[in-house]
Amino acid sequence: MEVKKHYWNQYQKEIADDDYFYERSCIRQTFFPGSETTFLRIMKEELGKNIMDDPNLHTCTGIGYHSDVVAFDTTQTVCARIFSLMTDSGLKNYVPSCVTSFGLFTELIETWKHFPEELEKTRENLRKATGREFELPTNIAHPSDVIFKFRKELKEKMKYQLVNKHTGKPLKVVEHIGCHYGKVFSQHSIGGAEFPHVLAGMIEEWGGEVVDYPERRHCCGFGFRQYLVMANRGYSVANTKKKFESMKPYKPDFIVANCPGCTMFMDKWQYTIAEMEGITYDEFGKGIPVLSYEEMAGMLLGYNPWDIGMQTHQVQVESLLDKIGVEYDPKDKYIGKSGNYIGEPEKPENLKV
Amino acid sequence: MKNWGYKISKPRGIDLDTANIKEFDKLAEKVPSAKRCLMCGACSATCSATNHTDFNFRKCHLMFRRGQFENISEELDKCMLCGKCKLVCPRGVNTRAIIYNMRIFLNNMDYKNI
Repeated sequence: MEVKKHYWNQYQKEIADDDYFYERSCIRQTFFPGSETTFLRIMKEELGKNIMDDPNLHTCTGIGYHSDVVAFDTTQTVCARIFSLMTDSGLKNYVPSCVTSFGLFTELIETWKHFPEELEKTRENLRKATGREFELPTNIAHPSDVIFKFRKELKEKMKYQLVNKHTGKPLKVVEHIGCHYGKVFSQHSIGGAEFPHVLAGMIEEWGGEVVDYPERRHCCGFGFRQYLVMANRGYSVANTKKKFESMKPYKPDFIVANCPGCTMFMDKWQYTIAEMEGITYDEFGKGIPVLSYEEMAGMLLGYNPWDIGMQTHQVQVESLLDKIGVEYDPKDKYIGKSGNYIGEPEKPENLKV
Repeated sequence: MKNWGYKISKPRGIDLDTANIKEFDKLAEKVPSAKRCLMCGACSATCSATNHTDFNFRKCHLMFRRGQFENISEELDKCMLCGKCKLVCPRGVNTRAIIYNMRIFLNNMDYKNI
């Protein structure tokens, strides 16, 4: 008898238990400034893990590489320098914060596996440029993989669940894993793009309900080349619009995204579409809140929403906080860590706040 | 509404929930051979009108099949109904009858008069 093959079994991966080397993202610290700090706080304070946040880190060239302005040789050498920093630290479990970095590093490891001469050339280039040496990591995992691995442990510490406190029903959550996480090398991600489970696993574990809408696996619209050239930006926003139109009938309570670009575009393009065409995708004209997975975890762990940077979102998050019953002080929204007023953004014309 | 120097591109995908694909079914009732077309383009390759204009019967037929009727009427005006396309069709599709009936349907549907 022919046994049905479970293809999703091919998309499982090893995730290290402890001793991580963390690589920060270029753009996340600008657009979602609390996410990385929240991840480090969760790893250290909630899970008691050893994770290194090296101040000497630099770009992986991901955005330039995918925009065809940085050559592959340069990319290999710049990434090799990051590996050399990890080698200096004595750690071997690499955790890149950005999905594009994750995709790029897995691409390099695969390249060097199949073309060892490229690895030797990169070693030589790095040696000539900086005098540094590097070792390859034994494990590469995206931070969402790590949170996914410890999702049950985190649940025990959580103050809130993804449940509407007024109705008692699970919140409907749209998840978006990002193309460079699941579509470059599916075997390096949990579930790949075919069976996306890394965020879905967190959502289901923490009480929510995943929305399986038709365009779930569609690109967020970032597209690098498309966005960077202003004349092409219409294609970028059209992709995001396609996703919003597809998810709208399911009335999602919020979106959680894996990748810095996806989180940013799904948040900011809601403002753009509202201002250009007057369209919003929720019932009240406020838009659908977009969270990173660290923000989602931090929010449920009971961290102050303003400490984890949720006031910097384009679509305001208060409606979601109220649904879950998260305690927050509206007066503190624009008070910085120093205790000073950090300023309030201008209000959009069409997108309600 | 704000203008930042670009527009939101319209998707080119065919939404089968909203596309009017029933008109093609009506056309196929009149010209059953229309269903045999495999869009090879032999008709366009041999078309006398295509030789002098940008008329493309294959494209018009495909657009009609997908329910995208805009601008087809103007295109069909360029056909002289000579029937050369019908002679070369490898599937024996009555292409001239398709054009003739598409003109009638589009006229009845209040798309720009032919």
